[in-house]
Amino acid sequence: MTITHAPVKALRLLRFDRVQRGAHWANATLFFILIFTAIPLYFGSFFGVVLPRHLIEQIHLWTGLSLALPVIISLVGPWGTTMRQDVRRFNYWTRAEIRWLRTFGKSKLEADKYNPGQKLNAIFIGVSILVMLVTGSMLQWFRYFPVSYRSGATFVHDIFAWAIFIAVVGHIVMALTHREALRSIFKGWVSESWAGRHAGRWLKEVRLGEVKLDRTPKG
Amino acid sequence: MVSESPGADPEQPERQINVGRRVFLGFTVLGALGVAFGNSAQNFLGSAFGSGLGGLLPGGDRFRIYSITGSYPKISRKKYRLVVSGLVDRPTTLTMDDLEAMPKTTFTKNFQCVTGWRVPDVPWEGVKLADILKHVGVQPGAVAVSFDSYDHADTESLTLDQAQLPDVIVAYSMLGAPVTTEHGGPVRLYVAPMFGYKSLKWLSGIRVVDRVEPGFWEQNGYPTNGWLDGTTGATNPDPGLT
Repeated sequence: MTITHAPVKALRLLRFDRVQRGAHWANATLFFILIFTAIPLYFGSFFGVVLPRHLIEQIHLWTGLSLALPVIISLVGPWGTTMRQDVRRFNYWTRAEIRWLRTFGKSKLEADKYNPGQKLNAIFIGVSILVMLVTGSMLQWFRYFPVSYRSGATFVHDIFAWAIFIAVVGHIVMALTHREALRSIFKGWVSESWAGRHAGRWLKEVRLGEVKLDRTPKG
Repeated sequence: MVSESPGADPEQPERQINVGRRVFLGFTVLGALGVAFGNSAQNFLGSAFGSGLGGLLPGGDRFRIYSITGSYPKISRKKYRLVVSGLVDRPTTLTMDDLEAMPKTTFTKNFQCVTGWRVPDVPWEGVKLADILKHVGVQPGAVAVSFDSYDHADTESLTLDQAQLPDVIVAYSMLGAPVTTEHGGPVRLYVAPMFGYKSLKWLSGIRVVDRVEPGFWEQNGYPTNGWLDGTTGATNPDPGLT
């Protein structure tokens, strides 16, 4: 008999499947285009430097309108099993997780696949897509709304834009300072020891065979 | 009587709470409230703490700089000329000095964009369009006034009645300083009782004409009579046109 899988210490766990990685990078690309086109639209003095304002507006509009697609496409259909599972993880929190967030990570926690901060980030990005899509559409098709709603939509779109910017910067800083987690959004897998340190509860689930394990990762 | 507190038994899995759904709904509600009441909240903050605070808040009280062409025409004050022509007795070309020598009108009014953003309490200074029209003498048969811009793209128009309103000015100063290039300087139009798109920037020409010529934004679907719905406090002299 031959050994069918790698020694335990080198075990790799699939954290993000292909669909999730694809959705993440598509979503990230759209957010980046939106942020970069928002800067000249918001701070008028920048504009005209690279592209005419009208073109920037059109890019912002069409990117914005397609913003929900990566999330929706990755969720529906037979390919979205892990994605749907993870959305359920974002939704369900234990008391310990709430406490962990309240104490800014100081309380003890055997983390789920995602820690509460990551869960909150995911939920915030999700709800931001909805809010930005709705308020952005109100600004584009403003004729159908009373002026006070247009002003309100501008107000909300601006405030959320700032919040998203802060969340995205925070997300990138965290990613760059956590190399193994960062690798997993490119390659998909994390080591078992990483999971033990950062996602203990998930590791237990994996060991109990409740979650799919990638035994033959590529690269 | 024993197992009331959740998580007391370490062998039991902890109770799961729908935090994600609540946070999601919470933000959605906040967004909806912001759309419905953001306008009033901004007004309240502006009036309670002065417009200075608005400048610090994200979103509030700031001009979004629009341009049709994607660049700003840069005209020095020295070289600036305003050509007044059409159905007038004395076609005239005005310099900055000419404009500044004419009776000065100063007031503080909001700038309201049709897409929703607003900058409250902007100080404006310039010459009443009515005074310029009086200066050149409007001929009988004149119905409307058309405006041209140094960007060679934007155009605007007002009926003769609208053009003679006391808060329609050819502005050379706003926000307490000469009108900057990005705001349409050195000279722009400011039509207080109408949405911002009527306040043409980089004003180059005033033509008195015998019919209303829809301007750039009107050709793109905006109402020719861009009356505000009272939000600037400017009186709307002809509600029937709204």
